[in-house]
Amino acid sequence: MDAKPVDARASLTATVFLGIGLMAAVDEIVFHQILAWHHFFDRSTPAVALLSDGLLHSAELLMLAAGFLLYVRLSRHHAVSRGPAWGGLLIGAGAFQLFDGTVDHKLLRLHQVRYVDNLWVYDLAWNGFGVLLLAVGFVIWRRSLRSGVDGR
Amino acid sequence: MIHQAHLIALVGTSLLVVLTLALWFSYALGVRRQRRQRKNWPCWRLLVFSLGCALLVLAFSPPMVEWGHADLSGHMAQHLLLGMFAPIALMLGAPGTLLLRSVPVATARRIVDFAATLPVRCLSHPCTALLLDIGGLYVLYLTPLYQLSFSAPVVHVWLQLHFVLAGYLFSWSIAGPDPAPHRPGMRVRLVVLFVAIAAHGVLGKLMYAYGFPRDAGHLIAEIEAAAELMYYGGDLAELLLAVVFFTVWYRRRRMPDSASDWQTADRRT
Repeated sequence: MDAKPVDARASLTATVFLGIGLMAAVDEIVFHQILAWHHFFDRSTPAVALLSDGLLHSAELLMLAAGFLLYVRLSRHHAVSRGPAWGGLLIGAGAFQLFDGTVDHKLLRLHQVRYVDNLWVYDLAWNGFGVLLLAVGFVIWRRSLRSGVDGR
Repeated sequence: MIHQAHLIALVGTSLLVVLTLALWFSYALGVRRQRRQRKNWPCWRLLVFSLGCALLVLAFSPPMVEWGHADLSGHMAQHLLLGMFAPIALMLGAPGTLLLRSVPVATARRIVDFAATLPVRCLSHPCTALLLDIGGLYVLYLTPLYQLSFSAPVVHVWLQLHFVLAGYLFSWSIAGPDPAPHRPGMRVRLVVLFVAIAAHGVLGKLMYAYGFPRDAGHLIAEIEAAAELMYYGGDLAELLLAVVFFTVWYRRRRMPDSASDWQTADRRT
């Protein structure tokens, strides 16, 4: 079987979707359900925040489904490029984490990471982790482009 | 009086079970006929349609009905089965295609013509289906209709039927495999699906936050548990529907022979 060309851009797109959806799911499962640091709805928030949260969640579900199927379709045709795929996954996850940490928590004030006195420690860890994921993902992606070699 | 109401509800629910069984039997007969005529009908469609019917029967079964009467979570589990999970399974069975194949050509043509008339096209539009399905839920839980469904057994039975029909109409209008030449494009359906997921989730949160349905004798803790079940269970169902939707979307595109065709194949649609 001869090697087929891989598709770097489609690999990146598929896993960015997956990364966003996965990180949102981790947030919901770990922080909402298991740790219960912040709840799925914090009572005092206005109706607008509630609606925006619902829309965000809807987008997350659709991204998870779209990313999953894009990836399956790529891998069935052996077109997955490993570098961009990992890069995309981390970029997507980091972008969501940072978005959640800045827009959801601070701008919209939907909920906070945890309801404690030294909240800034949690915020720093939350957003710092997001930035770290973004940076690592970006580096992996750039490197795979520069080397032009795809580990498959 | 209470005894009589109970009897009406029992008869109504039994009727729904009989209808479900009749539906399954007709479907199975149709499949057998296809096989006899040496036409191909995928085995998995029969299986998934049977699963849908089984979920309906499960939701109509006496223990579930009793749970639904005693506890709001039970009612919510019934809603999820009847209005979301079962319709997706039934829709994947492509009963419409099987019907068109099983009836004489003239009848099939009449059915297709009927489906093309303006009222039917309006009814089967994803937006209408969304209003009937999720909009119906808003009316049910945020108005006294829910309370009424307990005192009036006819309303109760009609409500269960509405769950199934509206749920089927919605999932079919989003991702139904039957031929539907007048259905809006994938983009419109994606937007409607997006709104539906958000609207269902928001309703769950509204119930959780503000204690709906009110005046029906439910404790706040009971409503919270039911709303959470609705939220997470509904999510799972919508995720399934989204997976089906994107599968249909991707399948409509030409499958490229090599990876370099990916971009062009995507751009073409």
